[in-house]
Amino acid sequence: MEILKVEGVNKSFGGLRALNNVNFKVEEGTVHAIIGPNGAGKSTFLNCMIGRLVPDTGTVMFGDVSLTGMKPHQINQVGVSRVFQTPEIFGDLTLLENVMIPTLAKRDGEFALHAFVRVDQDTEVRDKALHMLEDVGLVEKREMVANSLSRGDKRRLELAMCLSQDPKLLLLDEPTAGMSRADTNNTIDLLKRIGDRGITKVVIEHDMHVVFSLAQKVTVLAQGAIIAEGKPEDIKGDPRVQEAYLGGAHL
Amino acid sequence: MDAILLQILNGLDKGSAYALIALGLTLIFGTLGVVNFAHGALFMIGAFCAVTLSRLLSVSFVTIDETRKDFLGNPLKVETPYVESWFGPEVGAAIIDWSVPLAILFSIPIMALVGLVMERGLIKHFYKRPHADQILVTFGLAIVLQEIIKYFYGANPIPTPAPAAFAGSFDFGALVGMDPNVIIYPYWRIVYFMFAALIVGAVFAFLRFTTFGMVVRAGMADRETVGLLGIDIDRRFTFMFALAAVVAGLAGVMYAPINSPNYHMGMDFLVLSFVVVVVGGMGSLPGAVAAGFLLGILESFASMAQVVALFPGINQIIIYLVAIVILLTRPRGLMGRKGVMES
Amino acid sequence: MLGLNKKDTSLFLLVLALVVFAPLLLNPFPEGSELAQFNAGYPDLMQRFLIFGIFAVGFNILFGLTGYLSFGHAAFLGVGSYAGVWMMKLLTMNVIPAIFMSVVFAGLFSLLVGYISLRRSGIYFSILTLAFAQMSFSLAYSVLTPITNGETGLQLALNDPRVLGVSQVDGSIPAANFFGIAMRDSFELSMGGWLFTFNAGYYLCAVVMMVAFYVAIRIFRSPFGMMLRAVKSNQQRMNFTGLNSKPYTLAAFVISGMYAGLAGGLMVAMDPLAGAERMQWTASGEVVLMTILGGAGTLIGPVLGAGFIKYCENIFSKINDNILYDWFAGLPEGLADFLVFVIHPFIGKGWHLTLGIMFMLIVIFLPGGIMEGFERIGRLFKRKPSSGESVSAKTSTTPAE
Repeated sequence: MEILKVEGVNKSFGGLRALNNVNFKVEEGTVHAIIGPNGAGKSTFLNCMIGRLVPDTGTVMFGDVSLTGMKPHQINQVGVSRVFQTPEIFGDLTLLENVMIPTLAKRDGEFALHAFVRVDQDTEVRDKALHMLEDVGLVEKREMVANSLSRGDKRRLELAMCLSQDPKLLLLDEPTAGMSRADTNNTIDLLKRIGDRGITKVVIEHDMHVVFSLAQKVTVLAQGAIIAEGKPEDIKGDPRVQEAYLGGAHL
Repeated sequence: MDAILLQILNGLDKGSAYALIALGLTLIFGTLGVVNFAHGALFMIGAFCAVTLSRLLSVSFVTIDETRKDFLGNPLKVETPYVESWFGPEVGAAIIDWSVPLAILFSIPIMALVGLVMERGLIKHFYKRPHADQILVTFGLAIVLQEIIKYFYGANPIPTPAPAAFAGSFDFGALVGMDPNVIIYPYWRIVYFMFAALIVGAVFAFLRFTTFGMVVRAGMADRETVGLLGIDIDRRFTFMFALAAVVAGLAGVMYAPINSPNYHMGMDFLVLSFVVVVVGGMGSLPGAVAAGFLLGILESFASMAQVVALFPGINQIIIYLVAIVILLTRPRGLMGRKGVMES
Repeated sequence: MLGLNKKDTSLFLLVLALVVFAPLLLNPFPEGSELAQFNAGYPDLMQRFLIFGIFAVGFNILFGLTGYLSFGHAAFLGVGSYAGVWMMKLLTMNVIPAIFMSVVFAGLFSLLVGYISLRRSGIYFSILTLAFAQMSFSLAYSVLTPITNGETGLQLALNDPRVLGVSQVDGSIPAANFFGIAMRDSFELSMGGWLFTFNAGYYLCAVVMMVAFYVAIRIFRSPFGMMLRAVKSNQQRMNFTGLNSKPYTLAAFVISGMYAGLAGGLMVAMDPLAGAERMQWTASGEVVLMTILGGAGTLIGPVLGAGFIKYCENIFSKINDNILYDWFAGLPEGLADFLVFVIHPFIGKGWHLTLGIMFMLIVIFLPGGIMEGFERIGRLFKRKPSSGESVSAKTSTTPAE
């Protein structure tokens, strides 16, 4: 069954056609990678899905909910979480608070005036957050300020924040960008592990190693249009993809 | 028709002052990225440059004239300003009379120095700090500057007349072929407007036609990239700050005859100038100038008796009202650029 | 206690003790002695400490937690004051309805201003609030004169209707009271050379202040407070986390507006008059200053900041050259003259100069205010900070990239 269905999405910036009639489906429970050369429109596409940008035409359906025109917080509330290319975390807050906030958002909705409850006595939320931190291996650092983390740790924290909401769909924008090989492998392991929870994932990625270790399906985007789609091994051999991606060299 | 023209003319002098202050604010904001709450104080210091020069020029020595008696029958004490004894009575009197225009020359080095010291000594340390910190520290500086002026010049407004040649009014209406005595307009206001137009023109020409100006404009558009080109952008920005200080100072010098300088005039103008900058569009120089004149004229329209009768108090709040509407409908202001202060 | 954790309970009790015993603590010097001029234990000043403390605590809920810098909060204090005086004119001299209506009106007004201003952030927000405050100030001076009595300010009169009370008592305006206890009633205690004044109005302020402070603590420790800090830290992440930041900031804005109104109402309860100058933007600047000076985002900082500024204002503006000469009496005459000459611009009417300089120094060197100062001193004495402590310190370090 499809969890995400994008139909006929167009998006232009001035004269630049960033997305050209994109149709795209994600099967529930799979890991779906979007690859493509720089400037192919991957980030624009992702932004159109999460409400950061509004597509000029076309629809984005999440299950039977239309995401087009919804505000970011509403999209999150229906079950879509996002990991950014540069980690977006609450830098001045502690790690524990960083994870408690999304957990609360999931439980209490987009706004709750709980001004007379003590946050440190909310054991349900606290335990859940601690559990998540443990999953990503940051539980010892829970009282640290998030800004003092290394970049790799920040990304893991962001992942924990997203996972704490038990999203139905997780969007990851280049989750290993700028990481060392060792960190990349750690992240792959982590993503594989959380894959067991049955969360559907859409990954935008540069690193083919990551794509082929994670994804069950790959979509190739070039110059704002989808040029190929299929299983990783098929994509590997597709001459169109090699043409677009590497100018003919082998992957 | 003539009523409209009259209101436009009446709005020009205030509009000119708004435009000049807003121009400087925008220069500083655009180049240095700093929100300068002390800019009104620079305007005020300019006005007090005029006061100071006119006082300096009238410094006198006393001689006793035995041939004349005062009303008590004692020999008359005659005060003669030094300039009169140095340059002869006529030239001396003319110099004193023209003290406000002369203060333009006097104030340029002073304002440039004030600007330089402010930027190097304080503002430069705040480039990387949050905007709230910049607002707060310049707000503190504004208080300090105005209190210093208050300490030396007292709290009362100090009348500083324009040269006698520009005192009084002329019949503007008759000049443009209307019925006489319909539009009577003070000379000095028209001088102020022309002066402001000149300064604005000079600043724009400078930015447009010099290499320096080109680099500054490039810096306003994208500071980091210009920095990467190996251009010493910091020094140029220091110069821009000094320039903005001089512009604000000159606006103040020439405003002295219109409104007797007092120590809080800077704050009064600052709030409105900020509103002007926001209406014009943060970071847009033409926007600042256009909005300055626009709001000055609008304010004068709102003060018309007919309008006030219809909407009491509208003249007091029109500028703020316009600002609120503009900010809500066109967040970037009339001519604002994308990406300025939107993080 | 009271649903607070241990640390907050001790903080609350400390503040409570300070407030209750302030009339004793602030009068350390015997009456008539040289140093008696430094005493602050008289009702008028102590009331101001608490009233501005409330104002700053409320402002801190907005600025300290969400980082939205409002330059128009004095307008809410002003609206609260006018509402309070009108209650006294129309209803009763009992201060409770006056204070209550002050909070209500300030809350409604801040809801309106906040709803519009919060559609923008950063400096645009600051300028919008400033514009609203200046507008209210101008209107209070001009068109709204029937309500505000313009330049003279709104005062009680002998012919006020006062539905639930009397217009006058023995030909004079009745005193503001709390169910019969007049606000100006004081009990004086003379002990040796010392004279302590326990004033009814002060203790009413104290009760209100403690309630306001308690509410602030609860807000700081609540999920709501945590969300407000999230707004300050990263609003984008907050939105992508499924939280709508708008109602959070608006709620913070209205709460802080109500605190301002409460302060305005108490001012009226202590001294039943209200003037437009309370709404001027310099007055808004003052509360910003108190909050920063004490330490924005900390619980007790704003209270300290308010007390510090009001105390300095009082002392500095009272000192004059004669007093200075008294102090320097032991010094050679030339030196004394010189010292007086140097200090003169900063005292008496020059108090604002001192204030401005102090403000700049704090923003430049100690952006965290007095509380950061304490923390730094504390760290000096704690010889070896263990690694765990150094990272959990409140200062936000730059990301390690």
